[in-house]
Amino acid sequence: MTLIRGRRILAGAMTLVAAAALAACGSKTTDGNTSAGVAADVSGDTVKVGLLNSLSGTMAISEVTVRDAIMLAIEEINAAGGVLDKKIEPVGEDGASDWPTFAEKAEKLIREDRVAAVFGCWTSASRKAVKPVFEKNKALLFYPVQYEGLEQSPYIFYTGATTNQQIVPGLDYLKAQGATSLYLVGSDYVFPRTANKIIKAYAEANGMKVLGEDYAPLGSTEFGTITNKVKSSGADAVFNTLNGDSNVAFFKEYKSAGLTADSMPVVSVSIAEEEVKSIGTQYLEGQLTAWNYYQTTPGAANEKFVAAYKAKYGADKPTSDPMEAAYVSVYLWKAMVEKAGTFDVEKVREASDGITFEAPEGLVTVDGATQHIAKTARVGKVGADGLITEVWNSGEPITPDPYLKSYPWAGGLS
Amino acid sequence: MTVLIGQLFTGVSIGAVLLLIALGLALTFGQMGVINMAHGEFIMAGAYTTYVLQQVITAAGWSLLIALPVAFVVAGAMGVLLEMLLIRRLYARPLDTLLVTWGVSLILQQLARDIFGSPNVQTRAPELLTGNIALPGGITVANNRLFILALAGGAVVALTLALRVTPLGRRIRAVVQNRDLAAVSGIPTARVDRMTFFIGSGLAGIAGVALTLLGPIGPTMGTNLIIDAFLVVVVGGIGQLKGTVIVAFALGVLQATGEYLTTLSVAKVMVFIAIVAFLQWRPQGLFTLRTRSLA
Repeated sequence: MTLIRGRRILAGAMTLVAAAALAACGSKTTDGNTSAGVAADVSGDTVKVGLLNSLSGTMAISEVTVRDAIMLAIEEINAAGGVLDKKIEPVGEDGASDWPTFAEKAEKLIREDRVAAVFGCWTSASRKAVKPVFEKNKALLFYPVQYEGLEQSPYIFYTGATTNQQIVPGLDYLKAQGATSLYLVGSDYVFPRTANKIIKAYAEANGMKVLGEDYAPLGSTEFGTITNKVKSSGADAVFNTLNGDSNVAFFKEYKSAGLTADSMPVVSVSIAEEEVKSIGTQYLEGQLTAWNYYQTTPGAANEKFVAAYKAKYGADKPTSDPMEAAYVSVYLWKAMVEKAGTFDVEKVREASDGITFEAPEGLVTVDGATQHIAKTARVGKVGADGLITEVWNSGEPITPDPYLKSYPWAGGLS
Repeated sequence: MTVLIGQLFTGVSIGAVLLLIALGLALTFGQMGVINMAHGEFIMAGAYTTYVLQQVITAAGWSLLIALPVAFVVAGAMGVLLEMLLIRRLYARPLDTLLVTWGVSLILQQLARDIFGSPNVQTRAPELLTGNIALPGGITVANNRLFILALAGGAVVALTLALRVTPLGRRIRAVVQNRDLAAVSGIPTARVDRMTFFIGSGLAGIAGVALTLLGPIGPTMGTNLIIDAFLVVVVGGIGQLKGTVIVAFALGVLQATGEYLTTLSVAKVMVFIAIVAFLQWRPQGLFTLRTRSLA
């Protein structure tokens, strides 16, 4: 028998697997190629744009819907005549929930396909991985997801919320509800860690206690201990920055432990309508989410968006905040290009300040200085039908403040 | 105190999950010595079987119960197919087996992606298993964890009985202890190997069904589990079921305790360090099987 020999070989193989995994985690962004920008190819009667989302892996649950929303916007714009009389030609790439892959695909879209702009990325880790690629090549990325702030790349437009448009209003809401203690649960990467730093600074300045803070690796499905810790802490509320389908395991465990939205509400910042549907309404009913848009947000622009989306992808498909932000980002790019009269990246950036769009979430305005957009903050509650209904909003669009300069308690953060 | 007992239960239930995913491997790797990297994909097959059954039988409780035997047969059949087509030809070449089964694992992952789509899917748990039992003193025991614990216990008892008292079990043990002698005694070793592989792979399918109660089902779920499963079997000692059982629960409790005192990532590191230290001390694992074979 070759048992012992077999085991030695196994040990070797496991080392290899581990090494491969480690290598994949390492930052393999771009190397010393310092050429200037690659101009977009606009010679034909179409203009190419890149779509960079995870269509596989742990983030696909969320990112596929963003891709769908971008495609809808492109189709609508093409049907209405395109941009500067050119039809938009989308070039899709799969980031595969793997950050170095995002960087590779971004490089490919910019240099080989010579796209005029790229729409996509979800996790901050993927955005951080592609940021140097866009800066080196002087190409444009439109990033449609709420994030942790403290960033301002000249080649990225942030159409999702920064912290003062989502997390801070969410905390304000909890404070107004009388919550004095929080437990923080998040995925182990840059967004939750930075977001929690901000939450802790806020809590300290506002007399709230943070009773605990726990992180799980992306894709982790073992939440027994974390739930136990949360439960025994007796916190007034949980602030959840888990991403992807870890949320499925977390909320299953949360319900099994006998915790409910009444006994200890969870405020999530990465769970929108699509995630509610796949996690299961039975686990989420009554829990809170902080966003800038819900499918139920009133207004003609949203009715049109929801109807168009359902007509294209099916009546059972909900619309969500990142999808809306992605949809809006294509229209904002179109408006910038038309104002600039060219696809030239620097001219488009210069033209961006003050661009407005009647978005499904309400009027949004591009702030040229930060390349973020002014948005209305909202807090909503998950209903039995899986949709989220607004329980609070900020009343007017909040000016983006990615570095939280106007908040005295945030002084030590950046 | 409440927290401590709660944590102990969490540890035991993590151990039950480890036990379920490692049990099949204890048979195919532990007893037969086949390094099957596609074992994790058999777990995935079991999970997807539950998902498919739930599309057909919408009552969550029934579909889960029916999924147990169906997943056992589906994963077992996949295992037999793999054994007959590939592994059988490579028994003397462990390194080749390892590479080939790794390839098979990648193919199966892609297959799952093509059939079910890349995004992970979920099943609905029966209402009974989403609740919990409240014990005096504020301790709550989650029903789904209890179910998995019972399932793991049941699987161990069934497997032990099968190996001890059934004619097939006797033959399996005979082949493990001395293949050549078993062969000259008239035991059809090839058929015994196939049956062993069927049971081992089938147990992976059952583990897959159990995992649907805890988290999402996806094409790569097997890869995340396979290393844990191998660790349990190697540390437990090859060829011994009781080692696998003890180590699964020990690692579960260690993981839960470490996680409680520190963080999830640190706890994982602690578990790995403990394993490395343990294997330095006892490279052969917790228990060893003395065989009379020559190799």
